[in-house]
Amino acid sequence: MVRLAENKHHSENKPAQRLPSPFKAYIPLIQHLGKLCNPEVRVGDLVRRGQRIGNIAAHVSAPVHASISGKVMAITDWPHPVLGRAKTIIVEGDGQDNPVEFRQRSQPEVDKLTAQDLRGIVLDAGIVGMGGASFPTHVKLNPAKPVDTLILNGAECEPYLTADACLMAEKTAQICASAALIARCLEIKNIYIGIEKNKPEAIKAFSNQPGIKVKILPADYPQGGEKQLIKNILGKEIPRGKLPFDIGVLVQNVATVNAIYETVYLGKPLIERIVTVAGSCLENPANLLVRVGTPIKELIEFCGPLKEPPAKIIMGGPMMGIAQYTDEVPVIKSSSGLLLLNKKEAKCLNEDPCIRCAACVRGCPVGLMPCQINLASEKLLWNLTKEYGASDCIECGICNYVCPSNRRLLQTIKRAKLEVVK
Amino acid sequence: MINNLIVSGSPHIHKPESVARIMWTVVISLIPALIAGVIIFGANALWVTLAAVTAAVLTELILGLCTRKKVTVFDGTAVITGILLAFNLPSEVPLWLPIVGAVFSIAIGKAVFGGLGQNIFNPALVGRVFLMASWPKYMTTFTLPFNLDAVTSATPLAALKEGKVLEHISYLDLFLGKHGGCLGEVCILALLLGAALLFIKRYISWHIPFTYILTTGVFVYIFGGDKLFSGDWLFHILSGGLILGAFFMATDYVATPLTARGQLIFGVGCGLLTAVIRLWGGYPEGVSYAILMMNATTPFIDRYTKVRIYGTR
Repeated sequence: MVRLAENKHHSENKPAQRLPSPFKAYIPLIQHLGKLCNPEVRVGDLVRRGQRIGNIAAHVSAPVHASISGKVMAITDWPHPVLGRAKTIIVEGDGQDNPVEFRQRSQPEVDKLTAQDLRGIVLDAGIVGMGGASFPTHVKLNPAKPVDTLILNGAECEPYLTADACLMAEKTAQICASAALIARCLEIKNIYIGIEKNKPEAIKAFSNQPGIKVKILPADYPQGGEKQLIKNILGKEIPRGKLPFDIGVLVQNVATVNAIYETVYLGKPLIERIVTVAGSCLENPANLLVRVGTPIKELIEFCGPLKEPPAKIIMGGPMMGIAQYTDEVPVIKSSSGLLLLNKKEAKCLNEDPCIRCAACVRGCPVGLMPCQINLASEKLLWNLTKEYGASDCIECGICNYVCPSNRRLLQTIKRAKLEVVK
Repeated sequence: MINNLIVSGSPHIHKPESVARIMWTVVISLIPALIAGVIIFGANALWVTLAAVTAAVLTELILGLCTRKKVTVFDGTAVITGILLAFNLPSEVPLWLPIVGAVFSIAIGKAVFGGLGQNIFNPALVGRVFLMASWPKYMTTFTLPFNLDAVTSATPLAALKEGKVLEHISYLDLFLGKHGGCLGEVCILALLLGAALLFIKRYISWHIPFTYILTTGVFVYIFGGDKLFSGDWLFHILSGGLILGAFFMATDYVATPLTARGQLIFGVGCGLLTAVIRLWGGYPEGVSYAILMMNATTPFIDRYTKVRIYGTR
């Protein structure tokens, strides 16, 4: 655990502004962990907002929906924020924004839903984990063992990001209703929400909600990591190699829970989300409500003018986000933030020899010795990296962050993780 | 469209920290003890230190150029080695002695192992024991403090070893450094000032220095007197190179264990060896050898004191 400069004040407590829908939407057929979707439309087809245009080809997958109405222009390889390039459906808008009919549900209807119904609705809406990992939510709502605790993840520990904080303050009632629904369907007794203490608005909003226990967490990174969150709230650890449901816990990001509400009650599939746009290059950092598929250059334009040209554009937070090679990439379901760093901030530092200061050892939130794995990995000693527990790495990046020698610890550990699996 | 974007792996921010920043801070933390040395032993202390530092830096530079490695002189590590070596010398040694010692420290103590981060022993101590073995007479001839006529005197520990009765050296004099000894080790007050800086900056932790000093103190208290539990532990803590060694040499990152548990074992080991050498060994002083011996055990300690991984017992 390490305390980072938060840099959240740029966009903090700013209500989410709606970004005008894009003229063209770029909907990747893969926005989740798992299999690529099969396109359900052909070039030239007319689509409506919210219409399913790609369906699942395997259980671990999630369908994708058109986020604007218009005509399918192409189904082609396109820049993707996570995968580099991926098969993408390009929809050219007609300016009408005509929606499909959204199936709304009243409270009595919702009260009759079973766990199976809920999973079906969530699957149809294409909901995935919106905190970054983008694991299909319908799979997560089907734990292999009974769970008794639901933890809502509102930690948002990455610097700069305020999208979840913004959502928690604005959509408190929706999040609570959705959490209660999940709890009822999965027969969960305890609901917690973990919020870092640097989000007083969100803490206030949730502190008087019946049935939800607020846990105020220290503002240390990576508080929002599943393992750290569970340890801090429940005081227990997930045994090595196991998943949260093995100890009876289900963790859901607050944005995901809100998306479930909007699907179940309002009938809306996951076609928009809040994105924090921030960084020293921008004149007007903001939280934007953005249609999935909007190219990031439109977000940047909206928050402009630019104070200086960005040297690095990051999708996500500065610790775990992914550097983009082009501003043509679209926002996808898991895009929580967009950061524009200037030349000075993006400067690549030279690597020095390890001086064994052990800053990485003290900082590692899962108790690894990153410097040792790094040395073993550089010598291609994969068995040794395994012995040092490389596969337990959660890739939070603290080791790189604290290293006075600027060693690329995380990169070499990631490599070791891949080699250990082989 | 925005062009020429930098693409690199996460994380994308870095703590404002570097090897050079840490090492130069250590250099600053040694300055109070140097000033104290000059006040107590005169300008010779300064010349000896400068000679050692210059030789260390030049050796590092020349070896770096010869081996076509990245020049690392500016990171301050060679400066530290030079200062620490000088701190372990009497102030009246001929100036070629610190030069030879510093060259040996950097060349044999550090460069042959692969340079920065690779040395298994503390380079300054390697240089010191080399000088000790080669020119013991120079290394054990000390001058009285505040005496410019260079009257030789024994260190309090040496006097004790030879069975001489200690003449009116109060604990306060030991603390302030008013006695014979190596030029950087005598003034405990100045050393503690420097160590405080390193603690405040969190560059060193309590694990090694405190267990080291505590272990030496307790061991001497138990076994150092005429009968059990009557040893003069405070005298042993305040004299010799214990404070210098515990805070500035046993805490050398490179040659010490990584984990807190490992560091505790390292500190206890140093403390035991120091006390044993002082009480029953052939030398009056045991700090250098204790640290060097424990340096050798570091890889072994590291192997058996791994951190507990999340989700394991």
